[in-house]
Amino acid sequence: MRSVIDLLTTIQLEELQKLIQQAAILVDVLPADEYTREHLPGAINIPLKTLNGSTTARLPSDQPIIAYCHDYE
Amino acid sequence: MSARAAWRLATLGFTQVYRYKPGKADWLANGLPIEGTQADVPRAGEVTRPDVPTCQLGEQIGEARQRAQAAGWDICLVVTEDNVVLGRLRGKALQANPAVSVDEVMEEGPTTIRPDTLLDDIVPRMRQKHVENIVVTTPDGRLVGVMLGQAAEARLTVFRATAESTNGS
Repeated sequence: MRSVIDLLTTIQLEELQKLIQQAAILVDVLPADEYTREHLPGAINIPLKTLNGSTTARLPSDQPIIAYCHDYE
Repeated sequence: MSARAAWRLATLGFTQVYRYKPGKADWLANGLPIEGTQADVPRAGEVTRPDVPTCQLGEQIGEARQRAQAAGWDICLVVTEDNVVLGRLRGKALQANPAVSVDEVMEEGPTTIRPDTLLDDIVPRMRQKHVENIVVTTPDGRLVGVMLGQAAEARLTVFRATAESTNGS
């Protein structure tokens, strides 16, 4: 059983690229206008303010999910 | 923000949640592709030449000069074994006594930019300061290459002309 800390594993670029190859879901949590301007390839947009059970219902529960924003915020 | 998002996802029941803490800025700064309306805006990485010659501390100027000449460059960058940029040799430094050590004459800590730097921002600054080329590195200082001012100007000119043409059609 993974601990809560494990659930929130912080990753760097190299690990991110490995997870993307393993079909991880990328979630851009920035506001929609920022996402529209530029986002990581294949990322979906769920702004932080709208992150809830309804907006995440389409996310698979059996795949890694990676959240990102602009930088170390 | 990504920490709060990751926590929220965990509280919603997702069990494999990761946080890419360095975020989009890090991805862009490493010159990786992006999607979106700004994806085609020209950036430094597009016109960066990775073939710039390099040398390491402890080498002699004669070796660095020979390497630069053979490659058709008038500069040679000083890097660590891990390719982190320490300095630059150009002009008089590169023409110094061939027996002199690189360490003694290199220009320390040259200005660097990241591959995602917008040409629209950097080109006018280079022009204003009469800078002919600039070193491009990753966020952790590893060499990507050198961007030549002329190449950057040319790319920006083409981009603007294309944009005007598109807007006008």
